[in-house]
Amino acid sequence: MLNQILPLLIFGALLVAVIGAVKRVKLWRNGRPAKVPILAGLAAMPRRYLVDLHHVVARDKYISNTHVATGGGFVLALLLIILVHGLQLNSQFLAWALLAATGSMFVGAVFVAKRRVQPPSRLSKGPWMRLPKSLFAFSLGFFLVTLPATGLIPVEWGGWLVAILLGAVILWGLSEMLLGMTWGGPMKHAFAGALHLAFHRRAERFNGGRSTGLKPLNLDKEHEPLGVNQPSEFTWNQLLGFDACVQCGRCESVCPAFAAGQPLNPKKLIQDMVVGLAGGTDAGYTGSAYPGKTVGEHQGGPFASIIAQEGQGLLDAETLWSCTTCRACVEECPMMIEHVDAIVDMRRHLTLERGATPNKGSEVIDNLIATDNPNGFNPQSRMNWAADLSLPVLSDVKRTDVLLWMGDGAFDMRNQRSLRALVKILRAAKVDFAVLGNEERDSGDVARRLGDEATFQRLAKENVTTLAQYSFRSIVTCDPHSFHVLKNEYGDFGGRYVVYHHTTYINQLRQIGKLHFAPYKGGSVTYHDPCYLGRYNGEYEAPRDLLKAAGITLVDMERSGYRSRCCGGGGGAPITDIPGKQRIPDMRMDDIRSTGAERVAVGCPQCTAMLEGVVEPRPEVLDIAEIIANQLVDEEVTL
Amino acid sequence: MSLNQAPRVAVLLSVGQHPVTRRPRRADQDARALELALNQPNTDVVPIHVGQASSETEVALRSYLGMGVSQIDHLEVSTTREDILPSLAQHLKQLNVQVVLCGTRAETGEGSGLVPYLLAKKLGWPIVSGLASIESIASGSMTFLQALPRGQRRRVKVSLPAVVAVDPASPPARQSAFGPAQRGDIQLVPSTSMDAEITDAESDRQVWQYQVAKKRPKRLKIIKATSARDRFKAAAAKADASGGKVLQEISADSAAEEIIKLLKEEGVLSTNSSS
Ligand code: SF4
Ligand code: SF4
Repeated sequence: MLNQILPLLIFGALLVAVIGAVKRVKLWRNGRPAKVPILAGLAAMPRRYLVDLHHVVARDKYISNTHVATGGGFVLALLLIILVHGLQLNSQFLAWALLAATGSMFVGAVFVAKRRVQPPSRLSKGPWMRLPKSLFAFSLGFFLVTLPATGLIPVEWGGWLVAILLGAVILWGLSEMLLGMTWGGPMKHAFAGALHLAFHRRAERFNGGRSTGLKPLNLDKEHEPLGVNQPSEFTWNQLLGFDACVQCGRCESVCPAFAAGQPLNPKKLIQDMVVGLAGGTDAGYTGSAYPGKTVGEHQGGPFASIIAQEGQGLLDAETLWSCTTCRACVEECPMMIEHVDAIVDMRRHLTLERGATPNKGSEVIDNLIATDNPNGFNPQSRMNWAADLSLPVLSDVKRTDVLLWMGDGAFDMRNQRSLRALVKILRAAKVDFAVLGNEERDSGDVARRLGDEATFQRLAKENVTTLAQYSFRSIVTCDPHSFHVLKNEYGDFGGRYVVYHHTTYINQLRQIGKLHFAPYKGGSVTYHDPCYLGRYNGEYEAPRDLLKAAGITLVDMERSGYRSRCCGGGGGAPITDIPGKQRIPDMRMDDIRSTGAERVAVGCPQCTAMLEGVVEPRPEVLDIAEIIANQLVDEEVTL
Repeated sequence: MSLNQAPRVAVLLSVGQHPVTRRPRRADQDARALELALNQPNTDVVPIHVGQASSETEVALRSYLGMGVSQIDHLEVSTTREDILPSLAQHLKQLNVQVVLCGTRAETGEGSGLVPYLLAKKLGWPIVSGLASIESIASGSMTFLQALPRGQRRRVKVSLPAVVAVDPASPPARQSAFGPAQRGDIQLVPSTSMDAEITDAESDRQVWQYQVAKKRPKRLKIIKATSARDRFKAAAAKADASGGKVLQEISADSAAEEIIKLLKEEGVLSTNSSS
């Protein structure tokens, strides 16, 4: 009896799912065009899923094993269901295989259910609480209905009542697993996720690669509004990416702004974009809200402004301006969603079209436009800090081995100490180096992250032009933001350089025996990974190597390496200064204190400023260059 | 002015100069004037620039456009020696403007601060300076607050048409956005004035020497105050005006007599010139 209905149910469900899929694809295609290789992407998708995505999922062993059992079981079961029950192929082998697949799925579902008994706050509730039950329904229903095909029990077993019950259970399972996939249920992540991996906007991230530089905005399109105002102004594959979110909340649990009580939650942000692309309100959202905001008051649609000029839009501007662009969310996201790109896209619109950069934002931008540095100092005084150092300047010497990029820290009295330490080290190692002097301009990092792509591009082009006049082998800088921009973002403007962060470079000097250290006599030290050095550029080792080589006992914080917590200083966050319940640097200082270290080694002027801004008593904050310069012993003469 | 017609407010925009790097930019006070005009509901704002076209001019004008106006009328003058007033006055009359808003003085060139006065004289309109905020522009008159020293404000009502110069105490201009700045229109209006006047200012200017303006050192006041209140009072105190008298409710003629008397006393007017 059930045997006659099953093919109908299965193919009916598949058909409705396909209709849903077509509708969903149409929603994505509201987005702007994007160049992605379609066929190559599809071909690469299985590997991207099995290797790259799994690499991230596997950071949580529990859920990765659960997912292999459930997801793997489901994909296999679905194929076999089509053969065994849909096409009614009479094969004992297939039937046994189907039993195994549904069995594996059932076991997986048990673990899904266990995680849902007392779910951590980062997980969404609502339909997601139903999911384990639906998984049970699907796996158990098909398990039972397959039993006769294996010959274990007679074909007509149980009678009418059982048949009806079983039919209902299977219908439930099919609805969740197939219809839910394309009509917006929790299983949507599988459908959208697979395509998102195939058409990812940063294909370089797969196969162990890294892609963190922001993509340039075409400023010449005179009549197209710049940046993203409406969901439909994201590229179509960005929209697809948002739709892939599984609401696992891993991004939420690592976001420094969320932890500080600022009105940002990367998971909610992505879900809001999903609301925007499909149209509706956020009332159906069942995860943690933006701190301080109520869920259910915002709404949007593909062609409505995300940040409303009047009334409620999809989200409030403070949400976007709370982000430090630390990339912790992107690093942690198992679906490889690009939160920072989306946030910067929307910031670009606010800054370039509406002139609505909050707080000190517009002042900083005006300063960058008029003086090429964010604080409005006279650009002719950039070299004042080194008045007594007689540094060789490229406009005189024309060529050098190492170009020392000073960064805007040259104007800052605290950072000048780090710069001096760095100069001392370079001189000790007898490195042939020079600086651009007053010809150097701000790298454009802050302008770009505040959404002012126009000022960024001007600064980038002018710096590239200046650099093109001279010959040098590599650039060394103690500012990870300049480092990132010079290394990863100037390429689009014709600037390709070998760039080192000073810790990497000093470590190389040490490895080739150019530096010698006296034994370190001091307390234990912990190291704070700057976001723009670590997550943006993958350099976790050199600073640690260097400190250890100087004889320092290094104690790492719980959140270090790729999980390092931001100091709060990136992305222009100290400039836009969105209030929260606590300050990000205070939270980071607590992380530092909990190691019991007496000193914290940093490698970024911004981190130094943020962490030193924490009230005393607190561990001493020192740039690695300062620590190393103190340990130097001169081979021939002692200084 | 008919009631259903929005009052037309012209804003005079000049090419500014950054005090440190001398890069062209929107002039701070002119931008404040534009800000005040844009915040006024139901007004027809006409931004106007007079001068020669150049890349510097374009940079500056674009940053005004970035404040959200779609067009700036650029009255072109043929040489830097041409007096800007005749064509400006003519343009304003043609447009049937009720209010002209402008900054107090330019950031480049002579920066004499005389343009608002000369323009008012040419048009035969009243001129008021020190505009801090606009309260209303109604048919035939405009009410606004005038900035006085030490944060004081005076409510002023002026009959229209009038020229009103903005005080630096007025609210700062909004951020200039790149997109609208690029898309905005700079409408070149060729000089049509019949009586174009060539001034000698430019030839004078050739021999001028420019130097960075520095704040003059101030003599330190020795304050012998014992309480915070006294110290504050001393710091905020303005030099007391000595002499002078307040004359109220006297006829215009006798008021003029008094002023001439004072000017003679101060040696501004020579005593033997007849009045
Ligand atoms: S980049 Fe950092 S601050 Fe911004 S949303 Fe992601 S985790 Fe939060
Ligand atoms: S954006 Fe990524 S990390 Fe955040 S909830 Fe969605 S899938 Fe999880």
